[in-house]
Amino acid sequence: MSTPEVRGIPGLGASVLASALLMGAAGYAALYLAPTERSMGDIQRIFYFHMPSAIIAFIAFFITFIANILYLVNRSPKSDWLGVSSAEVGVAFTTVVLVTGPIWGKPVWGVWWVWDARLTTTFILWVLYICYLLLRGLLDDPERKAIVSAVYGVFAFLDVPLVYMANRWFRTQHPAPVLLGGQNSGLAPQMKWVLLFCFIALTGVMLILLRVRYRLEELRHEVAEMKIIADSGDR
Amino acid sequence: MSINGRSMTLSRASFAILAKELRAEFRSFELLISTLVFVLIVVFLFSFAFDPTIGESRRFGPGLLWIAILFAASLMLQPSFSRERTNDTLGALRLAPIDPFAILAGKLLANFCFLLLVELVLLPAFSVLYDVPLAPVAAQVMVVMLLGSLGIATVGTIFSAIASQARMRELLLPLLMLPALAPILIASTEATAGLLSDPPELQLNWIVFLLAFDVIFLTATWLFGGYLLEE
Repeated sequence: MSTPEVRGIPGLGASVLASALLMGAAGYAALYLAPTERSMGDIQRIFYFHMPSAIIAFIAFFITFIANILYLVNRSPKSDWLGVSSAEVGVAFTTVVLVTGPIWGKPVWGVWWVWDARLTTTFILWVLYICYLLLRGLLDDPERKAIVSAVYGVFAFLDVPLVYMANRWFRTQHPAPVLLGGQNSGLAPQMKWVLLFCFIALTGVMLILLRVRYRLEELRHEVAEMKIIADSGDR
Repeated sequence: MSINGRSMTLSRASFAILAKELRAEFRSFELLISTLVFVLIVVFLFSFAFDPTIGESRRFGPGLLWIAILFAASLMLQPSFSRERTNDTLGALRLAPIDPFAILAGKLLANFCFLLLVELVLLPAFSVLYDVPLAPVAAQVMVVMLLGSLGIATVGTIFSAIASQARMRELLLPLLMLPALAPILIASTEATAGLLSDPPELQLNWIVFLLAFDVIFLTATWLFGGYLLEE
């Protein structure tokens, strides 16, 4: 029997290189090009990675939600692979948000953590998707795993706006959003450009991680199929 | 179950499952008695942990109450599906020519009843032990209990069906349930706290919130729950 050809991801090397350069440039832009924020000082520069990570994490979980619904409708293993890959990437980015947040919060607010609506929601979002990955690890049959985790994924995602609303009504002292808030909020134009650039760089990282993780899931599926064929050949 | 060649309607099938669940439970009272003992232990432990004064117990009482209910539910909902595994009776239920949603709905209603029965004993005990005046606002408290428990029973039943299919299911159910029910904890606690304030006030925004939670997850159960029972 000939060894099956191991196919890599076309263009992966080039995109990793491009992404590394982009990330380096984003780091430089956040540290040197962006103007120093008046009241918070240099610590505010963490914002250029903190906020894009939060948005990307949310996009990743949204992709998982769509993939979960798609799986329940079309039963294509590809939807399942996309769901788990995106959830894992989302958890990684949420971890970045939850680590950078307190580092920024301690010098500015004086405390590492406050139980405000957005922080609490991010924390619960993180826990819900860790549970999603945990649940998958505890289910053995691949098809059961896909169906059951897809249903859990839909319920978890529906829960997120409710967690946010409950916390928003519960804690009224939350700060106004920086970008979409009232007249006094907003960023200097140069800050906006750096933010956009960092967002693009981090989106690149997210897409590469997603692609590699998806390929891993695809390969696992192929290995499982080969094992079945090999087992039936033994008999 | 086919009667006169027609399969049962959804509501009849759901009530048949509900009746089966209640009959099974009322033969042994295993689940209800263990849950009740558990919830009373939790309530006792709170007093050792915090030793609250009267003012403090009115301030923290609603939170303690709902934490106790949530913990009790996360244990009580566990056998809902996993006890069907012993003799693979869930497989038998699936063979019935009824909508799979009816199985979920019947179990959901049964769990809702069990939860309410536990609360019916818990509330007076809690009111006496912590000197929290619940009696004058009993009707409003019942509204909060009904809506909060329906939300817990809905999410809990689905997650019980999910956890029962996995390894380590006893540990998994509280893990899945508790974070997802955080909105119920906040809304029910706040609504109960409003009823204990002076003058008592039924905070409509939290009632609407609980109602919205229930409607959203009942709809999701109706749309997606059936997939969990596929073979």
